[in-house]
Amino acid sequence: MKAAVVIFPGSNCDVDMIHALEDVLGCQVAQVWHKDTSLQGADLVALPGGFSYGDYLRGGALASFSPIMEAVIAHAQAGKLLMGVCNGFQVLTESGLLPGCLMRNRTLQFRCQDVYLTVENNQTVFTSLYRSNQVLRLPIAHGEGCYYASEAELRELEDSGRVVFRYSNAGGEYTPEANPNGSSRAIAGIVNAAGNVLGMMPHPERYCEELVGGSDGRWLFHGILKAWKERVIS
Amino acid sequence: MFEAKIIVTLRSSILDPQGSAVATSLQSLSYPVPEVRIGKYMELTLQASDEQEATALLQIICQKVLANPVMEDYRILQLTRKEE
Repeated sequence: MKAAVVIFPGSNCDVDMIHALEDVLGCQVAQVWHKDTSLQGADLVALPGGFSYGDYLRGGALASFSPIMEAVIAHAQAGKLLMGVCNGFQVLTESGLLPGCLMRNRTLQFRCQDVYLTVENNQTVFTSLYRSNQVLRLPIAHGEGCYYASEAELRELEDSGRVVFRYSNAGGEYTPEANPNGSSRAIAGIVNAAGNVLGMMPHPERYCEELVGGSDGRWLFHGILKAWKERVIS
Repeated sequence: MFEAKIIVTLRSSILDPQGSAVATSLQSLSYPVPEVRIGKYMELTLQASDEQEATALLQIICQKVLANPVMEDYRILQLTRKEE
């Protein structure tokens, strides 16, 4: 599987994402600059975290208009795999590839901490190596991660199983204290209707090895690789 | 050339945590302020041949770029022709 990591001016989790894909998963990774127009034949595209364009105007807004995004949108529309983490999730909502938006955290605080999240849907191409309702521990680091969508969109997301991760406590219970940013229905990650685009605020790429504090994130990447292999074989 | 002044705010149905925090501070100072909402003010210049064209262009710019219609509303406060 070939992967591409898109680097915007202000991306700062690109190196972590490249490390996870290249060194942990063993993929060939292309580093694609935001002014490029080609994804170099990537099977998986990852939009990393950071503060693209300094978060000017709105988080992810200006990045969603950068030259590479035309290729990213075409990649998604062709049914290929695309994931956005943190600022990458903001870019996906701003570009209309995922519904809703990410607002300023309810607490107004920038939250940089480990959180627990429950795998609500393990039937996606991204989460098939997790158990249903498995509780993961992953880091977050964001000031604008409060997921918001209209009631109708939230219902649609829930009814179609597109809420992939929710913030919970270590026991898998959804409590207000476990929701670090005030997200609607404690949503931490969603997929699009076709299931090939994932957006999530927590950072799986930062927790791929016990050496750095946790490894709950690595199974997401192994899951993607497994799904891709099955797709290629079938 | 035209000059435009635009205000972007969170939609009224959406809780504005910044505004709420400021309202709480004002209330703690005993000011009678039940609600505060915080937005963004933008000024821009625009090339257009007449006011109609400028207005149409500005609407598109606001909807596509300056505001995110999922969470924000915009208001064009002023559109004036500027001497070249």
